[in-house]
Amino acid sequence: MIAAGSWVQIEQTVLRPEERAPQIPEETKKTPLLLWTKGFLKHEARLGDIVEVETIIGRTLQGKLVAFNPPYTHGFGAPIPELLQVGQSFRQLAQPAAKEEEER
Amino acid sequence: MSRAGKSYHEVMARRNEIMKQSLGLDYSNFESGGLAFDYEAMMSHGGYTLEEVRHIQTETGVGNTPLLELKNLTRAARALAPKGKGARIFIKDESCNPSGSFKDRRASVSCHYAAKKGYKGVVSATSGNYGAAVASQANMRNLRTVIVQEVFDSRGIGQPEIMEKGRKCEAYGAEVLQCTVGPELFYSFLLVLEETGFFNASLYTPFSIAGIETLGTELVEQTRQRTGHAPDAVVITHAGGGNVTGTARGLLKAGAADTLVVGASVDLAGLHMASDVDFNRKSFTTGHTGFGIPFATLPDRADVPRNAARPLRYLDRYVTVSQGEVFCITEALAVLEGLERGPAGNTSLTAAFALAQEMEQDQIIVVQETEYTGAGKHVTAQLTFARENGIEVRLGDPAEQVPGKNIIIPEHPSLIAVKDVDLENLKRSYLRNAMKGQTTAPSETDLAFLAAELRTDVETIGIWLKETKG
Repeated sequence: MIAAGSWVQIEQTVLRPEERAPQIPEETKKTPLLLWTKGFLKHEARLGDIVEVETIIGRTLQGKLVAFNPPYTHGFGAPIPELLQVGQSFRQLAQPAAKEEEER
Repeated sequence: MSRAGKSYHEVMARRNEIMKQSLGLDYSNFESGGLAFDYEAMMSHGGYTLEEVRHIQTETGVGNTPLLELKNLTRAARALAPKGKGARIFIKDESCNPSGSFKDRRASVSCHYAAKKGYKGVVSATSGNYGAAVASQANMRNLRTVIVQEVFDSRGIGQPEIMEKGRKCEAYGAEVLQCTVGPELFYSFLLVLEETGFFNASLYTPFSIAGIETLGTELVEQTRQRTGHAPDAVVITHAGGGNVTGTARGLLKAGAADTLVVGASVDLAGLHMASDVDFNRKSFTTGHTGFGIPFATLPDRADVPRNAARPLRYLDRYVTVSQGEVFCITEALAVLEGLERGPAGNTSLTAAFALAQEMEQDQIIVVQETEYTGAGKHVTAQLTFARENGIEVRLGDPAEQVPGKNIIIPEHPSLIAVKDVDLENLKRSYLRNAMKGQTTAPSETDLAFLAAELRTDVETIGIWLKETKG
């Protein structure tokens, strides 16, 4: 059970596949338009329950409870070896002129 | 209050009414009944002069960002250029704005207007830096913020760049609604406007564009101060058209009528912006041709009845660069100039590095923005994500890039080049779009409007129209 007052994420189905706009690509039309947001859980509930939350600006929204305090998981990824030679190749171009200007 | 129906069709049918309420602006005042509308009358609505915009922005710490000379990148460009060529490259460090991008300029006037008009909050549909800008400016004006973002594909996977932009909005205390791919996000946006009664802080209002004009005037003043003359060229990352329009209007207001206005976008040809599959096969979520071309050729596709961003009125030249080239220049900016910025905002810098090589050494080329960088919004984050999504990342010749299949980091700086987009083709395409569904011939007012829209004369419009019919 997730306690009332917890910071949670809810999911809403905005449009079912059959309700989607006619002009969108086929691969998108096959999928529902979903929406996620976060708020304080109004009443104790389990994951998957339809719940009400109060958002950070005080609106009450309803949706399926999908996560308890979900973390931010984006980061910097791994270094990209292909990029590591970039500085050197630009420097080789810039350095002769920099040296010349210094000597002047 | 009686609640009208909330279905997609019911809400979309009320869009004009919702817009009017949420903008405090009746666009029908500027309409002429035909194709034409009075653009300048719309732009002067609200009565914000350049000086007033400066004052509003000073109140919330926006603008007056440093203009930095990129000496090492200039030296590198000169080493590659023909003898005597290689313009001095300057950059406007817009990351110094409160939320880290030039978007604070766009948000500043909207939030001022919303507060003055008594709105309790602001809403914006944006997956970009603009969300944080709105939230930040709104906080300074004691307004609440809701941001509606397009974030995830149907697998629930989101670009790290957009995840960061969402986090930043939440850090500013905004309510963030994160949607899956699709233009019907607009429906959710309208619902929020209707339910909250908040102001529509659209990117495309006259307020938003007026906010960017100061960027154009500042950079002219700073360049004059540093070099004795106005910039010979200004390069502007082009997506929805606001950046080009506002900056170019600012250049004109500063009297820099001879400065070449160059738009630059990342080439994402072949990728559909509303495709659930293509969504995560791109490494740029803005500044790309997927917005740049449709918004130039059909500006009123925006989330307001009439778009104040009309780039074809101002562009002298429009070029594209590839994703790999922008990542390469982003790395070079960090390593050679000590500025870790971008990457999306460095689209214009990439173009400037190539364009400087066409220009004389005593000329000045100004790149008009940088943006903050951080977790998610970083070359390493975005290239790691690209690899995880099956995109090949390799060294080579960027001319061989295929958007959605590979990202090619130039194996030498000499391979960085711009591709010109034929502006006349875009103008003809604009005209075809404008004439769609028109049953009567354009009036004289319409023709004059079209000529202004496409920066040409009525005669040329007549010739193009004949070709369209032919």
